[in-house]
Amino acid sequence: MTFRIILLLAISFWLQQKATAEVIEVCPTCPVTTIRQGIELAQTGDEVRVFPGTYREGTILVNKSITLKGIDWPVIDGEDQYEILTILASGVTVEGFKLINAGKSTLRDMSAIRVDHQRHFSICDNIIENAQFGIYLAYGFDGIVENNRLESNAKEEISSGNGVHCWYAKRIFIAHNTIKRHRDGIYLEFTDDSRILDNWSENNLRYGLHFMFSNRDAYSYNTFMNNGAGVAVMFSKGIEMTHNLFEHNWGRSSYALLLKEIYDAKLENNQFLSNTIGILMEGATRIEYQHNLFKSNGWAIQMTGGCIDNHFESNAFISNALDMVVSSNVNNNTFDGNYWSEYTGYDLDRDGYGDVPHRPVKLFSYITSQTPETIVLLRSFFVDLLNFSEKVSPVLTPANVTDQKPLIQMPIL
Amino acid sequence: MKKIFKYTLYDLIRSRWTLFYLGFFLLLTIVLLAFSGDVSKVIISLMNVVLILCPLIATMFGVMYAYNSREFTELLLAQPIPRTSIFWGQYFGLGVSLSLSILIGIGGPFLFYGLFASSEIWNFFILIVIGVLLSLIFSGLAFLIALRNENRIKGFGLAILTWLFFAVIYDGLMLLLMVIFREYPLEPLALSLSLFNPIDLSRILILLKLDISALMGYTGAVFQKFLGTGLGISIALFVLLGWVGLPAFAIRQVAARKDF
Amino acid sequence: MIAIEQLHKAYGKLPVLKGISLEFNAPGRITAILGPNGSGKTTLMKAILGMVLPDQGKIMVEGKSIKGQWVYRNRIDYLPQIARFPENLRVRELIAFIHDLRQGETREAALIRLFGLDAHLDKRLGNLSGGTKQKVNLVLAFMYDSPILILDEPTSGLDPIAMIRLKELIQAEKKRGKLILITTHIINFVEEMADEIVFLLEGNIYFRGSQDELKTRVGETSLERAIASILGAEKVELNGKAHLSSQYGDARYGDAKYGDAKYGDARYGDARYGVTTKESL
Repeated sequence: MTFRIILLLAISFWLQQKATAEVIEVCPTCPVTTIRQGIELAQTGDEVRVFPGTYREGTILVNKSITLKGIDWPVIDGEDQYEILTILASGVTVEGFKLINAGKSTLRDMSAIRVDHQRHFSICDNIIENAQFGIYLAYGFDGIVENNRLESNAKEEISSGNGVHCWYAKRIFIAHNTIKRHRDGIYLEFTDDSRILDNWSENNLRYGLHFMFSNRDAYSYNTFMNNGAGVAVMFSKGIEMTHNLFEHNWGRSSYALLLKEIYDAKLENNQFLSNTIGILMEGATRIEYQHNLFKSNGWAIQMTGGCIDNHFESNAFISNALDMVVSSNVNNNTFDGNYWSEYTGYDLDRDGYGDVPHRPVKLFSYITSQTPETIVLLRSFFVDLLNFSEKVSPVLTPANVTDQKPLIQMPIL
Repeated sequence: MKKIFKYTLYDLIRSRWTLFYLGFFLLLTIVLLAFSGDVSKVIISLMNVVLILCPLIATMFGVMYAYNSREFTELLLAQPIPRTSIFWGQYFGLGVSLSLSILIGIGGPFLFYGLFASSEIWNFFILIVIGVLLSLIFSGLAFLIALRNENRIKGFGLAILTWLFFAVIYDGLMLLLMVIFREYPLEPLALSLSLFNPIDLSRILILLKLDISALMGYTGAVFQKFLGTGLGISIALFVLLGWVGLPAFAIRQVAARKDF
Repeated sequence: MIAIEQLHKAYGKLPVLKGISLEFNAPGRITAILGPNGSGKTTLMKAILGMVLPDQGKIMVEGKSIKGQWVYRNRIDYLPQIARFPENLRVRELIAFIHDLRQGETREAALIRLFGLDAHLDKRLGNLSGGTKQKVNLVLAFMYDSPILILDEPTSGLDPIAMIRLKELIQAEKKRGKLILITTHIINFVEEMADEIVFLLEGNIYFRGSQDELKTRVGETSLERAIASILGAEKVELNGKAHLSSQYGDARYGDAKYGDAKYGDARYGDARYGVTTKESL
């Protein structure tokens, strides 16, 4: 709610300015031929309108509250040396540009657009190609990053940067962006009260979306595909994760979602399809999982040390190679009324719940967690025999991981 | 060889055991398809049947047929034809009659349900190919065992033991070995051990289609390289074909030196 | 036509043929190969057919060594001891099968009539009685007109009429100049048919000659008694070395060659000679 109010304030502020705004036109054949010149001529509230052409001007400093607007995507070229746009004023809008070849450095983070200690910025409808960091928000507050296309060609983690990078930012709205081939698609560190909506994050080297020490953020309706791993939420509190699609995050130690040292989160209506691991949890505490779908994953859930008070309800686990791996030192986690396609019980009293409790952890999951290479024996007759005998008289699998009332029918998700 | 093959097949496809086998597959596949909406689940169920039952039935049929046709084989041996063509003819006749049961028993219902137009077709194709290859391999091994052992009880026992070894014991030993030596790099071991067991190899071939996400987890570069590419499938198929050739070759060697 | 030189064969450690040399050259002759069970009769015949591979020695058929050869079997017709065929083939199909394998001219129509098999042609072999199967076996053996005929227990399971037909058939083949080798346990059959007897004992040729020569040599008046006497004499001879005597009986049991089926088969009761002997003594 606070968010919307801020947004409205920002817009009304912008409209006030607009009333007296002037437009300065920049094009290769205009009187004003460089964007730098345009900005120099502009006053607070003016619009610098840039027409098609390729502009090579080193680093352009935007130090006034103005609108930079590209018409038909004029190209600003960083010539592999320069940070292209540095925003050093509040209330700046950058829209409609194509920013290419921003400089890259291993010493400092170079980006196509940097916002440094400013508020009320709006970065929309830009195309950013071949940048190390795409949009870098350092101490940026109350800003909007919307509808941009970012595509780089990250090869290795050490030399690459993130698509949208937030560092000590607050109340940022990141929506409808497409981010490909960066290190992390979207990265948030010490970034609170922000909202990430409907982004498409694909083929990023490390994570599609990455939270570090960030609290009270929400992400919804995003798609994370083919990333090194889908989303990592680490050392954060109060993150809300709803309606996201995690698909096809494959590979060694890859997972759709990592929850590491996080508290009080909510996961609802997400879909985890064909990932190596659906959710990998380490020290995840007080988390509600509801109405999520886990389908065709290698492992739907791996719960390792120190996971307390996780509650799974009304989720569906379908055709995963292994539904659950749970290490021994987890406590007070509950599984109630989930649907397990592996469940073989019956429902004689016809209340919709199986009469026999379901144990989602199998002996073989336990063995693979100890000796991962044994996975080559998956679905072998011998392993089936092992699982069966363990099911009949459990010895090694944790007794406290049990769904007391497994659903008989697949819930509608 | 062609003539022996032809008449062996002709004899066997009219055997009530073959018909029973065909009927079993038909019924199973129809029931699974009718009662399970999830096609990949049907494939997994069928996979278990194909991996365990096809070798078992092929083994039993192989031994039974080899012993039952013993006297007729003597008649054939007195005919002006080389030995190899008699035994290869019989072996392939047997293998093909079993394969036909699988092909029709599994393929038929799927054709009927119109699933050949679905995206699962490749998985079914693999399933059927594997059923056929396993039938050939295990009927060949059984044939070989029967050829080497005059004592029928002993031959039967050995054949069942062979099946048991490849279907269950081998995996148990493999698991044990991997758990004991888990401190060491296990991938090359795990992969090469799989190559020596046609049932494991077939299983992995199917897993490559069904559970690739699990196989790609946690494990290292060797798996990735083998499992993640078309190369893995090609190698697996190639080795399976080698497994078909092995008993065929051994049958020829044993038959050439045997007294009847 | 058939020449055997120093043929040795052992199954494992058990010697079955110990250096047998034989020649069968005269056409139009019936030779009965006799001997107690385990004396190597069947092994000898199978060696000629290439089914048993000799340890030592040489077998020539029509002047050529048979080692590694198979085409020469075109010149031999063989009747196996036990008539068992693919159960789901029909009689007609089985005949077509053999014809398919062997090509050449056949005369099965006359043989089918001879043994009254017309009514059975479309039956499955699995549904036929033992006697009928033997008749099918005979048709398959005689349907080619090859110069050499090897018959292993041709009379088993036959009814009297078929028996008479078979005898007539064999006599006719003999008249047409074929070389015929027969093993049988039926002494009457030998008396009636055989021009010559080869008697095998413990893997050696104990006797070769005509029936009369055999009787004279042993000093008995009937063939049956003569054979009984050989076996009895042998037993007496062996009484001194009891272990050999017992090895006699054991030889068969210990011999893995002889599948269990034979034990269960009454026709092969090893008592046959023994019983005859007791009665006759």
